[in-house]
Amino acid sequence: MTHRRSIRTLGAGLWSCVIYGATQVRAAPFNQDAIAAAGPQAAHIAHLWNVMLAVCLAVFIGVMVALAIAIIRAPQGNSATPPDSDALAREERPASRAVVLAVLASTAGLALVFLASVHAERALAGMDRTGALHITLTGHQYWWEAQYDDPAPAQVFITANELHVPVGRPVIFTLLSDDVIHSFWVPNVHGKKDLIPGHSATFDLRVDQPGTYRGQCAEFCGYQHAHMALLVVAEAPDEFDRWAQRQRQPAAEPAAPDTKRGRDVFLASTCAMCHAVSGTTASARKAPDLTHLASRSTLAAGTLPNKPENLARWIEDPQRYKPGVNMPPHALPPQDAQALVAWLGTLQ
Amino acid sequence: MSDATIPVGALDGARRSDDAAEDSGWAGPGGLVGWLGTIDHKRIGRRFIVTAFLFFAAGGFLAALMRLQLAVPDSGFIGPDRYNQIFSTHGTIMMFLFAVPIGQAMAVYLVPLMVGARAIAFPRMVAYAYWVYLFGGVMLLVALVLNIGPDAGWFSYVPLAGPQFGIGKRSDFWAQLITFTEVSGLMVAVSIIATTLKMRAPGMSLDRVPLFVWAMVVTSTMILFAMPAVMLASTMLITDRLVGTHVFNAAEGGDPLLWQHLFWFFAHPEVYFIFIPGLAIVSSIVATFARRPVFGYPAVVLSLIATGFLAFGLWVHHMFATNVPELGKSFFTAASMAIAIPTAIQLFCWIATLWHGRINLKTPLYYVLGFFFVLTLGGLTGIMLAAVPLDLQVHDTYFVVAHLHYVLIGGAVFPLLGGVVYWFPKIIGRTMDERLGRLSFWLFFIGFNVTFFPMHILGLAGMPRRVYTYAGESGWGPLNMMSSIGALVIAASLLLYVFNVVRGALQGPSAGVDPWGGGTLEWSTASPPPAHNFDAMPVVGGA
Amino acid sequence: MNCVRHRAALALTLLLLVVACEREQRIFETSPDERPTVQASLATELQPVTRNSIGGNPANPRSHAYREENNAQSLADGKRIYVWFNCNGCHAHGGGGMGPALMDEQWIYGSKPEDIYRTIVEGRPNGMPAFGARISEAEIWKLVAYVRSMSGLAPSDAAPSRDDDLAARVPENRTKPSPPREQKP
Repeated sequence: MTHRRSIRTLGAGLWSCVIYGATQVRAAPFNQDAIAAAGPQAAHIAHLWNVMLAVCLAVFIGVMVALAIAIIRAPQGNSATPPDSDALAREERPASRAVVLAVLASTAGLALVFLASVHAERALAGMDRTGALHITLTGHQYWWEAQYDDPAPAQVFITANELHVPVGRPVIFTLLSDDVIHSFWVPNVHGKKDLIPGHSATFDLRVDQPGTYRGQCAEFCGYQHAHMALLVVAEAPDEFDRWAQRQRQPAAEPAAPDTKRGRDVFLASTCAMCHAVSGTTASARKAPDLTHLASRSTLAAGTLPNKPENLARWIEDPQRYKPGVNMPPHALPPQDAQALVAWLGTLQ
Repeated sequence: MSDATIPVGALDGARRSDDAAEDSGWAGPGGLVGWLGTIDHKRIGRRFIVTAFLFFAAGGFLAALMRLQLAVPDSGFIGPDRYNQIFSTHGTIMMFLFAVPIGQAMAVYLVPLMVGARAIAFPRMVAYAYWVYLFGGVMLLVALVLNIGPDAGWFSYVPLAGPQFGIGKRSDFWAQLITFTEVSGLMVAVSIIATTLKMRAPGMSLDRVPLFVWAMVVTSTMILFAMPAVMLASTMLITDRLVGTHVFNAAEGGDPLLWQHLFWFFAHPEVYFIFIPGLAIVSSIVATFARRPVFGYPAVVLSLIATGFLAFGLWVHHMFATNVPELGKSFFTAASMAIAIPTAIQLFCWIATLWHGRINLKTPLYYVLGFFFVLTLGGLTGIMLAAVPLDLQVHDTYFVVAHLHYVLIGGAVFPLLGGVVYWFPKIIGRTMDERLGRLSFWLFFIGFNVTFFPMHILGLAGMPRRVYTYAGESGWGPLNMMSSIGALVIAASLLLYVFNVVRGALQGPSAGVDPWGGGTLEWSTASPPPAHNFDAMPVVGGA
Repeated sequence: MNCVRHRAALALTLLLLVVACEREQRIFETSPDERPTVQASLATELQPVTRNSIGGNPANPRSHAYREENNAQSLADGKRIYVWFNCNGCHAHGGGGMGPALMDEQWIYGSKPEDIYRTIVEGRPNGMPAFGARISEAEIWKLVAYVRSMSGLAPSDAAPSRDDDLAARVPENRTKPSPPREQKP
């Protein structure tokens, strides 16, 4: 008997810890969850979740109760109890009726859930797309390239890993991939859509609550799939316009001698082979565009907060933070490293 | 219309046969050569079962490593490269080397006995199937040790597993393993079908065949239709990687999505190859421990067959996040929800059986009750996943990890553990300890739920799958820690279970012919059965 | 008898470990002494780049040249770098154009890894730019290994296969080795 009590204590103890743990998932403002909807799509999905949870919970409880009653009320037997072979010949009406009713009820529940699903699908597809912002999002191992499209070529600009969108305005994404399959997922805003090489997918969403929402690649894409995050910053339309205007500007001319040297280091060494900074001769598109690096709140696709010491350490050895990433280490002489970081810090 | 009833005469002859002359034709040659080359389905089945459980232990060890890594955020315990190999190999071992083969192994042992045959059809082919399976599995484990384990997931999507991004030989070993396991699976499936259709005892019409056998026949038929898809796909993957074909190369007219279609066309039915043998075991245990035949035999058989058909119409639900047409996705939503109905019919028939029976609450029935709880929960999260909008949020998150473990462990492992306790006396001739059995059940049930239930919450809270670490600020740390603690409890429970098995095999009290009062034909012969299975061929009569 | 068999099995396993080791290694952390040194002072002057060429001796198993050529990840990285840094612009995918072909048996400046290294770092007459300041040490050695694989000189189990792109050439792992014939420029 004592082992039964210990089992119960173990079970209860572990479950209390689970319940505590569940309270921790949204304790801090990480903003990467599917329940706190910041836009209509996520809201429709969260509503569907509530409907399905209610139906499925009811079914689960029903089945468990039926099972429990069956076990408890049926008479006891043992291995020697003669088997009820006559059951095969009998009609067993009450059991048949109960099973048929249960099956009909389950089918009705499924039909309800199916209708709820179709309703949600239509709601997702029916978003008004007038006046939409167009973004072409290209997935790379292990970062996100975003090109803000515009009919006027001079208004087009490219950024990486941090997207700003205006609150209340639809955004239409064209999703492409440069290498393997990735998946664009910002749970507070919408479900996910895969970026498949050789295919172009369209995806629309809208954010209605201002805030910063974190997304993450949701299709296994290699060594650093775990560190391929992105931020979606939803802000008031005029703030967004100001941000977009700044993004369209080339990099400011450095004034101080150390920032000038920093730019020279950037252009003369390996950086310019992969990274672009508009306003300089560096225009390679193989790595994130750095023209406005200092305006972003994170580095390395959401891996590190954007602070000078993190930037310096990242440049020196990216493999320490994201082993397997395509960026090689750079052991610059300390003066040059500081100058480079100083210049990158001016790229607002 | 029942499980076979045995007329009085057949039981008289059931004795342990010491007669060497009578047995020698069936037992085969002795020595190492005889052991290696046996065509006795019981010896092949036993070695198949043991091997599958050894692979289960290997896969479980890898899972323990994963849970150790994920217990705390930003852990440096395992780096990304090794972690990718570990989770890919964990999935590959569990799906291809444990979950499907164990069902087939149980069938190889039990189906000939249940249909009253002295041997399995095409015994040499079954023996060969075992050796091919063993070779493939050992090859994969050696590859993992040598740093050549598959690292692109158990589903090996291209282009990540393809020639450009799948660097080295790792995905080649994966594809080769698929060929070995699928060839093995196909051969066993053919034997099971042939045994059931052509080698039944006199009087055993198809409507008297045990539900276990029906389930195994449905599984085997599904295998025949599904496995060629993945064999083709893996062969094309090998040719793309080694020879430079362009099957999955969009730039030259191929398509990465083709891989997903071919793979999931196989892999969705595959989860039913895992699940339906579990249902087979549940039917057997419920009948014996409710002291009556399962209620609604025709309904259960038709449900099994319906499940087999419907399972082939669901595969796109793994691809809801891709750009396949939206209207097409709705079809797969409907099909994925519809397949719940035949499963529900079976669940309700079993509950009706228990309701109108006399309950003998022993360890095997405990595992069946665990199955009810876990599988029902998992099946309901599956209904949730069938809805495209919800799937778009929780696809490729820990919610799906929770779902798949609930349905696979609930639907197959719980019944399997109960089935091993149930048939252990028949296979070994001794009984396991009942108290230890119940203790390991409770530990497993608690450990399982503590490990996997929090993952539902983690998925909704934004944690994706296949990540080797996660940020501390996410708040996912405590639930991951709970999951990892639960994993330790599972490990402890399984060690206890194995201890119970080994102790029972070495020291357990002698089992009689029929310790549980079972109603199928295997319980009418000695424990363990002689090489020729039945001394007198059973003649089946009754309702 | 048993002893001999066990020893043979052990030896075979160790051999397998060694053989698979190099091809399948993924080395992400670089040790401090292997980290590249970029001379950024040449931004202002026309100074030649001086480099550490210990890494060039292929007979030395600890050298970059040996390691990269037998390592599948390095060869794949080398191919990626070759495409990213537009070596195709002059050399195409090995067939040449403005620059000489890289997949044939003619090596104007030598086919040894340290020769190719110097070609990339210092440049050569008639149009090969000096990339020494532009590409890190580790990446240059990966390029060196890849360039050698273009004429089939890398082991075929480590050499890259086709790209997921337009098929421009026979994949390197199926390229028949063209033994180098050194010639004067």
